[in-house]
Amino acid sequence: MVKRKSISGSPMKTSSPRKKSSAGPVIQTSEFDAFEELQKVLRMRISQIQRPPFISGYESEKKQLHDLIQRTAVTGESNSLLLIGPRGCGKSMLIRNVVESVCKKESVRSNLLVVQLNGLLQTDDKVALREITVQLQLENAVGDKVFGSFAETLQFLLTALKKGDQGSKPILIVLEEFDLFAQHKNQTLLYNLFDITQSAQTPLCVIGLTCRLDVVELLEKRVKSRFSHRQLHLYNKLNLSQYRQLCQAYLSLGAAFPDRKFADSWDQSIKELLEEVSVKDILERQFSLTNDVRGLMTLLTYPVCKLCEQHPRITAGDLVTSFKIISTDTKSAMLHGLSILEVCLIIAMKHLTDIYEGEPFNFEMVYSEYLKFARRRSGMQVYEKPVVMKAYEHLQTLELIRGHGGGQGQREYKLMTLLVHPTQILDALQHYPGCPTEIRQWATQSIT
Amino acid sequence: MEIDLAPEPPSEGVADLTLGSQVRCRKYQVQTLLSLFGQRQHMTPGALFVYGHTATGKSLVVQTLLSYHKLPHILINCVECSSPRVLFEHILNNIPQNPDADIPDCDDDDEEEYIQCDDMTSFVRQLTNIVSEKPFGEQTLYIVLDKAERLRDSHIFMLPALLRLQELTGLNICTILISEIVWEKFRFGTGFNEPYCLHFPDYSRHELMEIMCLDSPSTCDKELYSMYINIVLSVFHMVCRDLRELRHLAKLNFPYFIEPVLSGEADATQTRKLWRNIEPHLKKALKSVYLREVSSQQWEKMQQAELENPDLEQTLTPSHRCQVELPYYSKFLLIAAYLASYNPMKYDRRFFAKNAGKVSKRSKLVKKNERASNHLLGPKVFPIDRLMAIFYSIVEGKVVPSAHIYVQISSLVSLHLLSQVKGEDRIGMPKYKCLITLDFIRSIARTVQFDVMRYLYDFL
Repeated sequence: MVKRKSISGSPMKTSSPRKKSSAGPVIQTSEFDAFEELQKVLRMRISQIQRPPFISGYESEKKQLHDLIQRTAVTGESNSLLLIGPRGCGKSMLIRNVVESVCKKESVRSNLLVVQLNGLLQTDDKVALREITVQLQLENAVGDKVFGSFAETLQFLLTALKKGDQGSKPILIVLEEFDLFAQHKNQTLLYNLFDITQSAQTPLCVIGLTCRLDVVELLEKRVKSRFSHRQLHLYNKLNLSQYRQLCQAYLSLGAAFPDRKFADSWDQSIKELLEEVSVKDILERQFSLTNDVRGLMTLLTYPVCKLCEQHPRITAGDLVTSFKIISTDTKSAMLHGLSILEVCLIIAMKHLTDIYEGEPFNFEMVYSEYLKFARRRSGMQVYEKPVVMKAYEHLQTLELIRGHGGGQGQREYKLMTLLVHPTQILDALQHYPGCPTEIRQWATQSIT
Repeated sequence: MEIDLAPEPPSEGVADLTLGSQVRCRKYQVQTLLSLFGQRQHMTPGALFVYGHTATGKSLVVQTLLSYHKLPHILINCVECSSPRVLFEHILNNIPQNPDADIPDCDDDDEEEYIQCDDMTSFVRQLTNIVSEKPFGEQTLYIVLDKAERLRDSHIFMLPALLRLQELTGLNICTILISEIVWEKFRFGTGFNEPYCLHFPDYSRHELMEIMCLDSPSTCDKELYSMYINIVLSVFHMVCRDLRELRHLAKLNFPYFIEPVLSGEADATQTRKLWRNIEPHLKKALKSVYLREVSSQQWEKMQQAELENPDLEQTLTPSHRCQVELPYYSKFLLIAAYLASYNPMKYDRRFFAKNAGKVSKRSKLVKKNERASNHLLGPKVFPIDRLMAIFYSIVEGKVVPSAHIYVQISSLVSLHLLSQVKGEDRIGMPKYKCLITLDFIRSIARTVQFDVMRYLYDFL
């Protein structure tokens, strides 16, 4: 107990858990540490910070990218390229992987400068330029110099790089969220970068990553004409069996794990797990929802996080629960928590939208619909207008109903639309605890 | 106590799940959160999204969980963050100094300089620098953003960047968003890194009972109090499931409930009598205190007065919700405006002309279409001429069309009883709309002995 306390207190701990286990005299501690290590490895994979254990597909794309960067790095040729693909299809992963493999050569590693920009972080061109300066480590060279224009600054940065060496160093610029850069004023950064690649002063490779297919249409004409129109499209090309393999690869430990025996038994258990019928079914259903890796990761998050000493293996039940968690209908879940009065209002709104074919309604209409029901057809207490209004406004803050522009005027007469689908209402009513029968009947009858 | 707090990894012990008995009925959620958090050095999913109704213990569970296990965390309420800069600086300046600090805002003895930061780039850089220097370096840092729906109104890069913070900084950071609104409503643009969504379901009636019984006063018997809570829920549960509101109402009305027991009028076992005593009182509370028409202080005062002499019951209750003192002609102007807003123009002659002409039998029997009722659709716009015409026909005696009358119209506009509709001709022929409710106009008409219902088309 005491020993572990001191360990967890020190920040050095995670760097050397393996040594500890081998030095430990008792086998039990090593067993325990293996388990810790297992959790660490799996959680790292789930969070996707680490490189994935298994890269599938993308062979030709990888080769093409490799070629391109290699040419910039070695022969000093300038290029520009766009990498387009949906979210979570592995664009950043691919780039990181290729850069790593290009940099394996000693001559390239010492030579190539990589600048990474992200459209989310560098929200305007000034910030982006400062970031480029920082990443090229030229803050000192720039100092307090005043420049006339953006292009001049960029030019200065590139020549400053030249002065250090005889030739100019090749630069690889990776622009993540490329479409956000296209929203900057005048697209100055993009114009200047592409201009440099065209005018061939410095070897510069610009790679943009985006998930918008129409990204080229976002570029201004002068920017577009300088762009080389080289595009690479990435898709999730996995089929179901590959998806299963991917899942297995993510969950199994592999050869790098220090404790072989533990790893073997673990991998065996994973193999058995994936053979189970319910697990196959869950994977198939998840696959039909999304076939990207991120979806798989969210599915695996819960089972992996659930692992502890009392629960040392992933079971099929965990996966089933996890799928249930991620596939719950959020709006039905929220409807479940409404009070009876609010449910009545929702049903009244549903009827109004039914009767008037999607026309917007206002509070007065809903209230009169509610009164019609509450007075004539139920033994329920009829609530006063202000109480009902409070319930109505609560629905509005939950954004189950939405107003139609126009802030002025009375709130009773503000036009609203219902943002819940009728099936969701009926579904929620099915599970609603203690729902009076008359309300359920009222909900299913379409005309009152 | 201390021994099992500091070193123990969060595991499913019974003591852990009640969080020092501060959290009730949230066992499953606490368990899930704990397993997602894992141990201190473990990687946590980059972004969590916690949603559920008002007062279902979202913030409570997350906050007590983090402070109970003394995990390094920062709490922010997004309502307070009017600009990205405020948010960035709050996070950077409140990073806990050491892993075992109780409170996230560190001791201000060694006052370091205030870190300034106004864009995302420098925020990420400074965060990386600070966090990697701190003694808790390898541990997960939790950034809790309460009322996260406000982030949607902030800059467009804000929400995607915060959800991606783990990837952008390469650190072990977990962003927790807490909101009442479902995740679907947060998505915009090209989408972003999806967080892991956790739902906090509403409390069932039993759970509400259990939680509300916790704050029974020490003077009162537990069983009696739980009976009282049962009565409160039977009145309010249909309308309101908000725990905070229910607790407030229960606390406010408790003196009234306990009074017969204290004075010896009733026994604690006479359930029926106590029930009959309190129920009308609670129903009255639903109409006034629940709507905040009287403040809780006023309500307590009223209660006191009522307990002292029950005869004088109605004195303080607000029978007239809307009572504004207006000059005589203003009242008539308002009535005229209301009639002009809610009556169709073609019936003006029938209502107001001295000689209404013959009313044919057929037009008397015209069936009104429900949907066309103006009281459902809202007020219509009318020109000032029509207003004045109706005004002169309903007001008694001769009224000179002086400047005073027109001033009164514009003062009604500035009181928001009328609104002037924006149009091209605002001086020559201004157009207005009446903004008051039927109850309001009826109470005004009563003060000048005018039967407004006789003149309203919808109620004929």
